[in-house]
Amino acid sequence: MTQFLQTLFDGLTVGSLYALIALGYTMVYGILKFINFAHSDVFALGVWMTIVWSKWLGLGQPGAAPTPWYMGALVLVLAMASCGLVGFVIERVAYKPLRSAPRLNVLITAIGVSLLLQNTGQLKFVFGPYPKPIPSLIDSTELFSMMGVSVRMADVAVIGTAAALMIAMQWLIFGTKLGAAMRAVSFNTRNASLMGINVDLVISFTFVVGSMLAAAAGFLYAMKYEGQAKQTADSMWVMLGLKAFVAAVVGGIGNVRGAVIGGLLIGLIEFFGVSYLSSHYRDAYVFAILILVLLLRPEGVLGKATVEKV
Amino acid sequence: MVGVDDMLSVENLSVSYGAIKALHGISLRVERGEIVTLIGSNGAGKTTTLRTISGLVRAAAGSISFEGVPIGKLPPHQIVRMGIAQAPEGRGVFANMSVDENLSLGAYARHDKEQIDKDRQRALELFPRLRERLAQSAGTLSGGEQQMLAIARALLARPKLMLLDEPSLGLAPQVVATIFKIIREINAGGTTILLVEQNAHMALNVAHRAYVLEVGKIAMEGPAAELAKSDEVRRAYLGHG
Repeated sequence: MTQFLQTLFDGLTVGSLYALIALGYTMVYGILKFINFAHSDVFALGVWMTIVWSKWLGLGQPGAAPTPWYMGALVLVLAMASCGLVGFVIERVAYKPLRSAPRLNVLITAIGVSLLLQNTGQLKFVFGPYPKPIPSLIDSTELFSMMGVSVRMADVAVIGTAAALMIAMQWLIFGTKLGAAMRAVSFNTRNASLMGINVDLVISFTFVVGSMLAAAAGFLYAMKYEGQAKQTADSMWVMLGLKAFVAAVVGGIGNVRGAVIGGLLIGLIEFFGVSYLSSHYRDAYVFAILILVLLLRPEGVLGKATVEKV
Repeated sequence: MVGVDDMLSVENLSVSYGAIKALHGISLRVERGEIVTLIGSNGAGKTTTLRTISGLVRAAAGSISFEGVPIGKLPPHQIVRMGIAQAPEGRGVFANMSVDENLSLGAYARHDKEQIDKDRQRALELFPRLRERLAQSAGTLSGGEQQMLAIARALLARPKLMLLDEPSLGLAPQVVATIFKIIREINAGGTTILLVEQNAHMALNVAHRAYVLEVGKIAMEGPAAELAKSDEVRRAYLGHG
């Protein structure tokens, strides 16, 4: 029972991070109908920005005093702002000139942007090629234990922040005028512009918001596993980003609520697989689900089936 | 010849889609308060004309001015803000959103909340059917209701000039009659209208002036009542042999 609850808890925690990243994939797909493969790199950049800003502010370094919660929140905001800016620039420089180009061109460009970000990050004067320790911004001792499930402050912060951001997104997309514009652009760009919607602005905004969510996921992931030296941006973090992509597809690409459900589902499947089957196939469970969904329900859990015209 | 009362004036407009020329230097004008119709068969360039006026398509040559201001290089959302709203071909309702949200999107560019509420009430008085369906998703409406929504939504932009692209397409005759009656009411309320139609009979009946578009060129123009009597128009567009 304890193992079950602990697995459920961990699965939901990491799943909520997948969901945050998946939102960015799905929103961009909803509007521009292509997979922004550079999104997983923006997530990785979120982790790096957490490291950089913490160091710059002298927070969470070895021997430093415990970080007050609002300084941790400041690092989160700074990481989100930095990645939002990067997302804005990526869209303006790489994707906007291709607005009327075939989608395949944009897709290939996205892979190019992804490679560019990974390799730029490894330059000596950027982040360098070596792993760096993640600052300890949140107290990692156990907060309480319930029915054998150990809950740390970091877990509470991760789940709380992720949930708050997802509720905020729900409100933004379904409760505001700007959200209505996003849904209109996503449904039909041309007709949206006839409503007086500045389509380019909405697209930029979507990239900024998606990148900020990815950055938040990066920050929260770092908090969950703080203190461990992480690999550089190209391997492990990109894999996490790809799993979030799977989450977006499983939930129904283009569907905002689907991204959240897909994220939680992928998190649970991964952790239950690791916990009850074997930890050797951690990534394989996720991609096996992708194959199953593509075979059995390619439109995803909440997606609508569309007929591709050829 | 540019008249003093011209609201919209299109001069020598040419539009190409790649190598295909859709419009070969057409000129037309719409005076304040008029209903002007642009009739012609499929592929004549009617929709292209409206899309170019709205800024969705860029002209290869020629000019478009609205109230004396050139608008040919403005993006669509700014053209809407200048006072030109379009109910596009195929109705273009946002099927994934409610009728209410569709109407709100019509007023997207506006910030005068009180006047928007009044305009919404007026639109719902013109189309009482929509009031019953406010919470319903627009995709579940019938074709006629979707057309009503497209026009009501364009009204909510509070346009000086409304562009209507084939409002009769695919609708039953009674519904077409209702819609044309409302077009006349909207015009009587002070909105100038440029109406594109294949249904020449209805269009010539409601319009003050008309242009006949044939393969990207203006073939005929004049008062609608006169064109309706002309042999050529009767033979080609009104089905009288």
